[in-house]
Amino acid sequence: MNGARPGPRRQSRRREAAAKALAHALALVPMGVLLWQAWQVAGGANIDALGADPVAEIEHRTGIWALRLLLLTLAITPLRQITGRSWPVKFRRMLGLYAFFYASVHLAAFLVLDLGGWWSTIFQEVVQRPYITLGVLAWLGLVPLAITSTRGWMRRLGRRWGQLHRMVYAVAVLAVAHFWWIVKSDLREPLLYAAILAALLAWRLLRRVAARRRAAAAQPAP
Amino acid sequence: MDLRDALRIPAADVTPEDVWKQRRRLVAGLAALPALGIAGCAEAEPPLPPAPTPAPAQVQDGFSTDEEPTRWEDATSYNNFYEFGSGKSDPSRAARTLRTHPWQVEVGGECGRPGVVDLDGLLEGLLPEERIYRLRCVEGWSMVIPWLGVPLASVLRRFEPTSRARYVAFTTLADPEQMPGVRQRTIRWPYREGLRIDEAMHPLAFLATGIYGRPLPQQNGAPVRLVVPWKYGFKSIKSIVEIRFTEKMPPTSWNQLQPREYGFFANVNPRVDHPRWSQATERRIAGTTSRLVANRIETRLFNGYADQVASMYSGMDLARWY
Repeated sequence: MNGARPGPRRQSRRREAAAKALAHALALVPMGVLLWQAWQVAGGANIDALGADPVAEIEHRTGIWALRLLLLTLAITPLRQITGRSWPVKFRRMLGLYAFFYASVHLAAFLVLDLGGWWSTIFQEVVQRPYITLGVLAWLGLVPLAITSTRGWMRRLGRRWGQLHRMVYAVAVLAVAHFWWIVKSDLREPLLYAAILAALLAWRLLRRVAARRRAAAAQPAP
Repeated sequence: MDLRDALRIPAADVTPEDVWKQRRRLVAGLAALPALGIAGCAEAEPPLPPAPTPAPAQVQDGFSTDEEPTRWEDATSYNNFYEFGSGKSDPSRAARTLRTHPWQVEVGGECGRPGVVDLDGLLEGLLPEERIYRLRCVEGWSMVIPWLGVPLASVLRRFEPTSRARYVAFTTLADPEQMPGVRQRTIRWPYREGLRIDEAMHPLAFLATGIYGRPLPQQNGAPVRLVVPWKYGFKSIKSIVEIRFTEKMPPTSWNQLQPREYGFFANVNPRVDHPRWSQATERRIAGTTSRLVANRIETRLFNGYADQVASMYSGMDLARWY
C-alpha cells in the first residue's frame, strides 16, 4: 500500500521540509545581498555598492533585519491563534535564531568595522551611550534564548523554559527603544516598529484578560 | 554679472600667474556647466575634472587641508538636507526638482543697505576662491571637501551691517512644491541657522557656490550655501534665501528641536559629547580605501581650526555653550 504513492504523513513531512528550506532561503536573502555588496566594495568592482558610508549601511541593514525577524517571531503565536492552525509554530525557533544571527552580525559590525582599532573606547561607548547600552542588553537577552532553543534544553528546563523565553518581550522593547533613540528627528520608521510591537503585545494582554474573565465567569457564584 | 566676469579684474597684478591661471581653470569648470544647477537639466553628468590642486600661494595659511579629499560621488550622494527627506541618499534623488535659477536672496535687519538681490548681484565683483575644508557632521562622520566660493565677510560687508548687528541669521528656502521633505514635519520649516557677527566675519566662514571646481549640485545646497568648517555641519545652512542682521541671538532649527542636544554655537569639540553619542572620534569618509572598515580618527577641537578661531571663544565655557 505504501509502495507507489507516498502516504499522507510522508507527504506532509515533505511539504514541511520544503517550507522550511524556503524559510531558510528567505531569511538568508538580506545577508546574501549584503555579502554580495560588501564583496563588490572590498574587491573594487563597485565601491559605491553600499553607499558613501558602508559601515553605517551594514550596521543599519543588519539591525533592521534583526528587529524585523524578532517581530516576526513574536507574530507567530497571534497568527496561530487567529488562524487556528498550528503550523506557524514550526517556524518560530528558526525565525528567533535568525533574529539572533542578524543581531550578532549587527553587534560584530559595530565592534569590529565601526569601532575597529579603538578598543579603548568600546567600554565608554557601550556604558555611556544609553542607546548602545540598550542594544547590547537586547543582544545579551537573546543569548540564553538562543542557547536554550534546542529540544534538549526544552526538556531539561521544563516549565521554566517558558518562563525564561518570556524574556523575548523585554528584548523586543529594548530593541525598538534602541532604534528609536538613534534617530535624530524623523521618527516615522522607529514609530512603525514600535506600533507593530505594541499591537503584538496588546494582543497577548487582551487575550489574557479575556481568558481570566472567562475563568471568573465559569466559577459558580458564591 | 557672474563669477566669470569677476576675472576681468586684473588679478594678475596682485596674484602670481600660476595662481590666477589655476583660478581661471576652476572658474572655467564652473562656468562650463551652468545647466547642472537648473532643475530638469541634470540628466547626463559630465566627466569629472582632474582633482583640483590649489597652488600654495592661493591658499592662506591654514585655509586648506592637504588631507585626502572625499570622493565627489560620496559628497554628492550622502547628504543631510531634510527638505528633501531625512535619509542620507534622499537629497541626491529628490533634489533635482529644486530650481536654482533665478535665485534671490533677501538681506535685511540691522544694516545700512537692505534689499533683495539675485545671486549674481550678491557675488558681484568677488573673486572665487577654493577652500579645502574638513566637514564634521554632528552624527559622527566627516568629509574633506574642496569648496568654491567667496568669504562670507566680503558679502556681508556690502550690506553695511550697523553696530547693532550682533548676529547674522540665515534661512533656507522652504517650498513644499520643490522640496518634498518640507511636507513632513520633521523640522519646523523653514530651516534656520545663525552665527555671531564675529564668527560670520571670520575669514574661514565661507559662502560656497561650487564644489570640486563645479557648481554646487542641488543636494549640496545649490545655488549658495554657508560653510563654517569649525562647527558641526548643520550650521552650514544650504540653499540660502534670506540673510538677516539681528541684535538678538536668532532661533536656529536643530536648537529649537532639541535644545539639550544642539546648541547655537555647535563648535566641534571632542570633549563635549552629544547626550546620546560620543564626539571624541569620527568616521572619515574620504578616498577609496578602507571602506568596509571605518577610517576612525580622533576629532579635533574646533575641527582642527583652533589656531584660527579659538580666540573668539576665550573665556567661554564650551561645555555650557555647546
